[in-house]
Amino acid sequence: MYRSNVLVCGGTGCTSSNSELIIDKLKEEIAAQGLEKEVNVIRTGCFGLCALGPIMIIYPEGAFYSMVKPEDVPEIVEEHLLKGRIVKRLLYQETVVENSDAIKSLNHTPFYEKQNRVALRNCGVINPEDIDEYIAVDGYQALGKALTEMTPEQVIDVMKKSGLRGRGGAGFPTGLKWSFAAQNQADQKYVCCNADEGDPGAFMDRSILEGDPHAVLEAMTIAGYAIGASQGYIYVRAEYPIAVKRLQIAIDQAKEYGLMGDNIFDSGFNFNIELRLGAGAFVCGEETALMTSIEGKRGEPRPRPPFPALKGLFGKPTILNNVETWANIPQIILKGADWFSSMGTEKSKGTKVFALGGKIEHTGLVEVPMGTTLREIVEEIGGGVPGGHTFKAAQTGGPSGGCIPASQMDVPIDYDNLIAIGSMMGSGGLIVMDDTTCMVDIAKFFLEFTVDESCGKCTPCRVGTRRLLELLNKITSGNGTLEDIDKMEELCEYLKENALCALGQTAPNPVLSTLHYFRDEYIAHVTEKRCPAGACKALTNYHIIEDKCKGCTLCARNCPVGAITGTVKKPHVIDTVKCIKCGACMEKCKFNAIVKR
Amino acid sequence: MKSLAELQAIRDKARSRVTLREGQDDAIRVLVGMATCGIAAGARPVLTTLVDEVAKRGLQNVMVTQTGCIGICQFEPVVEIVEPGKEKVTYVKMTPEKVTRVVNDHLVNGNVVTEYTIGANSK
Repeated sequence: MYRSNVLVCGGTGCTSSNSELIIDKLKEEIAAQGLEKEVNVIRTGCFGLCALGPIMIIYPEGAFYSMVKPEDVPEIVEEHLLKGRIVKRLLYQETVVENSDAIKSLNHTPFYEKQNRVALRNCGVINPEDIDEYIAVDGYQALGKALTEMTPEQVIDVMKKSGLRGRGGAGFPTGLKWSFAAQNQADQKYVCCNADEGDPGAFMDRSILEGDPHAVLEAMTIAGYAIGASQGYIYVRAEYPIAVKRLQIAIDQAKEYGLMGDNIFDSGFNFNIELRLGAGAFVCGEETALMTSIEGKRGEPRPRPPFPALKGLFGKPTILNNVETWANIPQIILKGADWFSSMGTEKSKGTKVFALGGKIEHTGLVEVPMGTTLREIVEEIGGGVPGGHTFKAAQTGGPSGGCIPASQMDVPIDYDNLIAIGSMMGSGGLIVMDDTTCMVDIAKFFLEFTVDESCGKCTPCRVGTRRLLELLNKITSGNGTLEDIDKMEELCEYLKENALCALGQTAPNPVLSTLHYFRDEYIAHVTEKRCPAGACKALTNYHIIEDKCKGCTLCARNCPVGAITGTVKKPHVIDTVKCIKCGACMEKCKFNAIVKR
Repeated sequence: MKSLAELQAIRDKARSRVTLREGQDDAIRVLVGMATCGIAAGARPVLTTLVDEVAKRGLQNVMVTQTGCIGICQFEPVVEIVEPGKEKVTYVKMTPEKVTRVVNDHLVNGNVVTEYTIGANSK
């Protein structure tokens, strides 16, 4: 019996900042102190507060240590685990109570207080490589309930009533999708999991697979029972090695326990799941392309209809859901449709996981009820924009989504509201931008991504996205005209109407939404040849303000190309022809005498 | 896996491994003094016995944790029991045998074992 549990984050973020080494060191130190029978070290999934990794949490005290280094480990073991004295200097600042030895519970810190973790409930709580721990937190109870107490129709009914909508982006009602596949008769049906997370900045699916792989397996098995399928596939990208490894361990353990395989719960129902590794093409996250790829062919989309529920994988009825959608399902079966639909807004039920990134204090994963405003997410949970800058916009939905400007920050976020303001939920990537971000540049960034990832099957996407990027390049290099902006809009509309799959149809969204909310920036680039945010290099020049310059020569000494001239104690001058716009002078200047304009 | 009962048996067995990780604001806190003085006086077997006894009896609402020196080193090993809304009880000169009785009488049945408390020992 262990008296203390030490949980160390083993998600990708913390692993890349050395959490493996910390675990090794912990075990070593614990053994050296003779505590190995009293203290259990567990590698968990992601805690969500990735900005402060590597993260360690010690129970029963609930001490949350952040940014732990391997050299801190001996102190933690000796002070905390041996002598019971919490190492205050390593505590997450928000949990420290002034002038007291008590610590604030993590659930009462700004980052976690507003969160409601359903899909992420086990991430950072259990050991994902141990099926017993998953079972200990009611794992596989939902499967047992479905197989022994419910008919397939009842399962689908609960899913429909819950109001769960697909978390991969499009937001299609999950129960409805299942009922279509259940109605179609076939000798074989399939259940697929879309774990080909491709949006830049989104990593919630990876975290769920790394932190709670059994939840996905359990949910897929429930779906198999509901629609009458006996085979499932998880299409996961090979760039997620930790997720792949833990999924395989989970599958092996489930088989060993008889929770996967033949005659599960003595119900006569058989189900197996296999992994398929994707090579990382963005288009393979599109459902028809994903299934084509599982079939062993080149990952290209095909026109719909027929929809996968009728003709999917290998031409058989198939349902395909995203990882986060799956992670919600065992809880819905266990706690009921009413419990789930009590969270969220009228048409978007439950919670949504967002991956916070960009110019924000607390980079990480947050799960909030649908209907939470962007302001709450960015300012309260995310801790706001760092460095004294102001919030300009947030980008949601990745390359298929759009920007939400500061003026729309109080809109409750759900599927329909986001579309109404010109963005989309997408998989939940949320990239925050401040006043130093150029919106034309952002649109260009996403277009570069779609141009790279276009599979080339249909002309509108293959050629259209490239022409669009060329126009954007023309504008950011200072050669654009007002007609170019009109041309871009026309091309965007054409792409939306004519591309084969969602990748091409939504590719213009970043351009359209930035044009809608930040048209003045486009116009400034074109008519004044000026980048208001000072991000487009071709359009900005560095200048020294004469009054502020003290002639300290620091800038001149740091200029790598010798573009700054002047004598000591006299104002200096930048030769804009020689200047390569590296910004080194501005960084060094102690008197704020250098400006970009 | 043949039945729900079988699954529940595994759950009940594994349950104790994760209960430690649930934040309990209203739990009864059992603090064992584990500074140098406490460890030297034998606090370690006291602590491990406590953990084992609490687990054996399946006490969900009890959190066993360590604390530093509270300044009464001559009375170590010291065990304090803090129940929300009640006065703190301090047991002194504890041994694994005494722990078994404290868990049984105090934590399970709610009767303070007066003879082991600091009040009875400091006279």
